Amino acid sequence: MPKDWKRREFLAKFIKLPCAAMVFGVGAAGDGEAAEEGPYQAEDHLYAMGIQVDRCIGCGLCAEACKNENDVLKEPFFFRTWIERYSIRVDGEVDVDSPGGGIGGFPPLAEGSEVMRSFFVPKLCNQCDKPPCVQVCPVGATFKTEDGVILVDESYCIGCRYCVQACPYGARYIDPRTLTADKCTFCYHRIIKGLQPACVEVCPTQTRVFGELGRRSSPLHRMKRQSSIQVLKPAMNTEPKVLYSNLDGEVR
Amino acid sequence: MSELLEHLEANLQQVTGYIYPNEIELHWSLLVVIYPYVTGLVAGAFILASLVEVFKVKEVASTYRLALLTALAFLIAAPLPLLAHLGHPERSFQIFLTPHLRSAMAMFGFVYIWYLMLVLLLEIWFEYRADMVRWSSERRGVMKLLYWVLSLGSRDLSEKAVRFDRKAVYAITLVGIPSAFLLHGYVGFIFGSIKANPWWSSVLMPIVFLFSAIVSGIALVLLLHYVTTMFRRVKPDMACFNKLASFLMYALIIDLSLETLDFIHRMYESEESIEILAELVITKLFISLTIVQLLLGTIVPIVLLAIGRFSRIPDEFKRVVFFIAALLVQVGIFSTRWNVVIGGQLFSKSLRGLTVFKMQLGGIEGLFMGIALLILPFVLLWILVKLLPPWDKQEAN
Repeated sequence: MPKDWKRREFLAKFIKLPCAAMVFGVGAAGDGEAAEEGPYQAEDHLYAMGIQVDRCIGCGLCAEACKNENDVLKEPFFFRTWIERYSIRVDGEVDVDSPGGGIGGFPPLAEGSEVMRSFFVPKLCNQCDKPPCVQVCPVGATFKTEDGVILVDESYCIGCRYCVQACPYGARYIDPRTLTADKCTFCYHRIIKGLQPACVEVCPTQTRVFGELGRRSSPLHRMKRQSSIQVLKPAMNTEPKVLYSNLDGEVR
Repeated sequence: MSELLEHLEANLQQVTGYIYPNEIELHWSLLVVIYPYVTGLVAGAFILASLVEVFKVKEVASTYRLALLTALAFLIAAPLPLLAHLGHPERSFQIFLTPHLRSAMAMFGFVYIWYLMLVLLLEIWFEYRADMVRWSSERRGVMKLLYWVLSLGSRDLSEKAVRFDRKAVYAITLVGIPSAFLLHGYVGFIFGSIKANPWWSSVLMPIVFLFSAIVSGIALVLLLHYVTTMFRRVKPDMACFNKLASFLMYALIIDLSLETLDFIHRMYESEESIEILAELVITKLFISLTIVQLLLGTIVPIVLLAIGRFSRIPDEFKRVVFFIAALLVQVGIFSTRWNVVIGGQLFSKSLRGLTVFKMQLGGIEGLFMGIALLILPFVLLWILVKLLPPWDKQEAN
């Protein structure tokens, strides 16, 4: 430390530095969009989501936040995201349930059921890199954006429901108000402003990690480095951009 | 919307195992069952007509025009169930204006237009041209004008012109056969290419669709031939009935063989989905697949047709046997479409549970609408037969 530094100056600098680092650090968690200047450039991004299965406690806040944020019908037949509970019994049988999509949490497991292990798996649109839903749409109403998100143009969708049939993950539904297809958009309106998707924002255990592929500063990069990564139904060759860490083979 | 929610609530109560929450609503219902059924009848009836034209099957020549008109009547009706089923039918023109070329469904418009305009209408026009010219000179008033318009102002009845008509019909038929194969093979591809659905995803799907289409088309022409012969009080042409019955029987045997191959292949490969599909077939589809499609719709008709063809029973009785067989075939093929379309949505893509399908009576997707859409092509056919009588030629002969 230089001798001519005053105690006040030293403290000021020492406090400012980590504060600045923190500010920029948080910015990096959202991949720095908030700090970026100028108009949004879709081609500069490639969004993805990580799901750390071990962390999910099945509270259902994510599914609830999603419904609120995206004006999804509250009835339990329309979900952009939902949580499944897997209960693996001693005899190897697997029970799966998702009452109300997991919103409001899960009831206790039935008395006397010999469950060996139980865990929760949040599900959502996998924003596939090779999306079968986009392939089948006869009018191109559903499309892949440059930043890798699959969106639906509800003013163009003819409501043929072919995309719903083509999605291997059950991630799409028809909104009865518009009679057009609807699905998770990674909260596109939020992420292009540098914010997190609503489900990620509310998750109390940081099960959901939002970030960008191919960007080392992204928290997703860290998750990929530290855990074994799986995707749902890899045999479908859809190349999902929702990545699961430590996922059981039972999960489909 | 409240009706839909009530419907979904009721469905939810009957789900067994686990299904994804978005799967409680079945997306393709009765109208989408009717669409491949009707399209199949078009392709089948046309292929039968083509047999007459290209392979010169003399015995069934008397059904040629009837088969063509049947194909046209059903083709006109074919897009209606699809249109009615869309959430936004008013936007359907976008399929033509901005088709997404990688989508199988986007090709529908083009396949349809090609088949309607370039194959069926053209073939029927050349087939009827000389007659329409004659009718427009024989008739008076509106009908005269109508036939003149339909013949597009053509007046030439010279031998050369009539010979050209025959050549044109022959050439169009040659293009028409692969087109008919395309039309229905394509419908099969719409289902067969959905990898997410193990019940649909099969390379055999277009082929199975095609042969079941041929079966249903032949059976329909046989039924119509029977009914029209009866109402016209003409002497039944037994050679024609026998030939139609033979064709129907052979087509049924091929169809059954393909379905059996599909079944054995699935069982033998025994992929991840086999358990849920087995459960589906044993429980939800037992009646519509095993009883109606396989037993009543395929095996019983094959036996009946074989009895009709190879046993010595009186002709009158024989025709009734053929009629019953053809009727059963129609029920069976409708069931086939049902089992594909509805069956493919009764199990979850999580492969862990089954859901139910409850048909509604009223509404766009309801039973009454379905019945109306199935009656409509017969009304259209009646009009076409009145306008372009398919029997004039023979009676003149």
